[in-house]
Amino acid sequence: MPKTKAAAASKTVGRKKGFIHNLKMDKWLYILMIPGLLHYIIFKYAPMWGLVIAFQDYNPFLGLFKSPWVGLKHFQMFFSNSMFGTLFSNTLWVSFLNIIFSFPAPIILALMMNELRFQRYKRVVQTCVYIPHFLSWVIVASLTYTLFSPTGVVNRVLESIGIARVQFLTSQDLFRPMIVGQTIWKGAGWGTIIYLAAIAGVDTQLYEAAIVDGAGRFRQLWHVTLPALRSTVVLMLILKLGDVLDTGFEQIYMMSNSLNRAVSETFDTYVYTVGITQGSYSYSTAVGLFKSVIGIILIFGSNALAKRAGESGIF
Amino acid sequence: MAKSARRNDTVFSRIFDVFNVIFLAAVAAITVLPFIYVLACSFATEREILEKPFFIIPSEIQIESYKYIFSSSTLPRAFINTVYITVVGTFIALFFNITLAYPLAKQRIMGRNVILSLITFTLVFGGGMIPTFLVVKGLGLIDSLWSLMLPGAISTWNLIIIKNFFQGIPAELEEAAKIDGAGDMRVLWQIVLPLSKPMLATFALFYAVGFWNSYTSALLYINDLDKWTLQIMLRQIIMLANGSIDGSEFDETVARPPSESVQMAVIVFGTLPILCVYPFLQKHFTKGVMVGAIKG
Repeated sequence: MPKTKAAAASKTVGRKKGFIHNLKMDKWLYILMIPGLLHYIIFKYAPMWGLVIAFQDYNPFLGLFKSPWVGLKHFQMFFSNSMFGTLFSNTLWVSFLNIIFSFPAPIILALMMNELRFQRYKRVVQTCVYIPHFLSWVIVASLTYTLFSPTGVVNRVLESIGIARVQFLTSQDLFRPMIVGQTIWKGAGWGTIIYLAAIAGVDTQLYEAAIVDGAGRFRQLWHVTLPALRSTVVLMLILKLGDVLDTGFEQIYMMSNSLNRAVSETFDTYVYTVGITQGSYSYSTAVGLFKSVIGIILIFGSNALAKRAGESGIF
Repeated sequence: MAKSARRNDTVFSRIFDVFNVIFLAAVAAITVLPFIYVLACSFATEREILEKPFFIIPSEIQIESYKYIFSSSTLPRAFINTVYITVVGTFIALFFNITLAYPLAKQRIMGRNVILSLITFTLVFGGGMIPTFLVVKGLGLIDSLWSLMLPGAISTWNLIIIKNFFQGIPAELEEAAKIDGAGDMRVLWQIVLPLSKPMLATFALFYAVGFWNSYTSALLYINDLDKWTLQIMLRQIIMLANGSIDGSEFDETVARPPSESVQMAVIVFGTLPILCVYPFLQKHFTKGVMVGAIKG
């Protein structure tokens, strides 16, 4: 803190000199940053600024500056719309089932893979279960459509053992189980990597000490491996909770059809349908903004909770 | 030591081992069998598909379905478009990531903390689908392949990991080069990049798979049939058109093969490129996830 005006003045001059000097010294570094920064300004921050159309009646011909402001009209419309409840429950259902079933799947798989005694066998299993991660949702959905169609292999096998055909793709009751199944099939194998790494990081002395204390294999799992995984699990759970309203557009969009619309319409697909296909830019932006704001609250909230529980959190 | 102690375990433990091996074999089978079945079906005759509930090797082989999907230029064109955006997009992505991450790895850059916080903020908040669509539209990129490459050129998570990697390179190397008279660009090109090759290879693969698989951006920004990507095409053929292919420039003298085996052949066509490179990629990819995991 400068004490006198003179000192303050001389300091600003010094800083200014340093500023220009620095700029000249590292001129190439600053030039290098330009394309990347432009990318952020154009494709990340300009859309954020574009969120103001949620408070306007956006008209493409008038543009962002001349479109009339309407305050919270679109939000009120959305909250009073009967779709609101449906979307909320559909989205939460998918997220809830994913947290219950898809989230623990890689943890269990990693623990089981860790118990394998033949390293080569373990590697073969790993190679297989990682594959689906690299496939797009289009491929996953295409496989689902062809394998689970009324005449597909799954139904034929069911028929051959005397079970009636099941309408996997159009049944409203089976939509959520199918989504969860796809999520597990695609992601569980890949998800094990981070847990296997955490397990590999456990100090072997801990296991040795447990053995000396007479712990069998399952006590070792319970008292050494699982506690070692705790912080990773909490971290992954925070990230997951922040995404509760974010069910992923592609998967749901791909699996939805006119017959299961009542359960398959979620926030993401609704924004697409209303915004892109019907052209209600302002209204759909309001829906998207609502979703993002809830998302940001959830991620900070769950992070705070994790910190209170004594974990390190992500921020 | 731990291993040998584990070996003399209880009967229950032995039973668990057997169960574990069988269970994981089943898991591995569930991930791989769909592909094998689809591959088999794409070569099988209609009668076989209809008669047998499940098979791995077709008794009679036909390649009509492959002839059919290659009888029009629609699919090959989508394939070329996809290869183009994958290759060019990955180069653009690497360029953007390196040029932004390298200066940000230097503590002395002014405004560094502000820029980093603004960048990190995009991890938790963004404009969303419609405003981004309007920006792309405003730039006149609708129906241009650039719309599939530019918006996805930087993934913030990857950028931060690359920045952290650059930060981990000893500053002495740079200082030594500077004393020898090298400028910042030369240091980056001749010292930093060669040291980062394995890391950059990993991220190139991440971006390449991302571009190859991207669907939503093509759905939003591309209407022109000539610029469709493979993913859009696959969905069109398999889920919407039930095995027939739009564009109707098909060789109609070839009898149309059963829609089921056409669908299977299209899936094989869409999956094979990824499956072919997969064994080579696997190692790199897992390494990339580790790099991310360490920094958390």
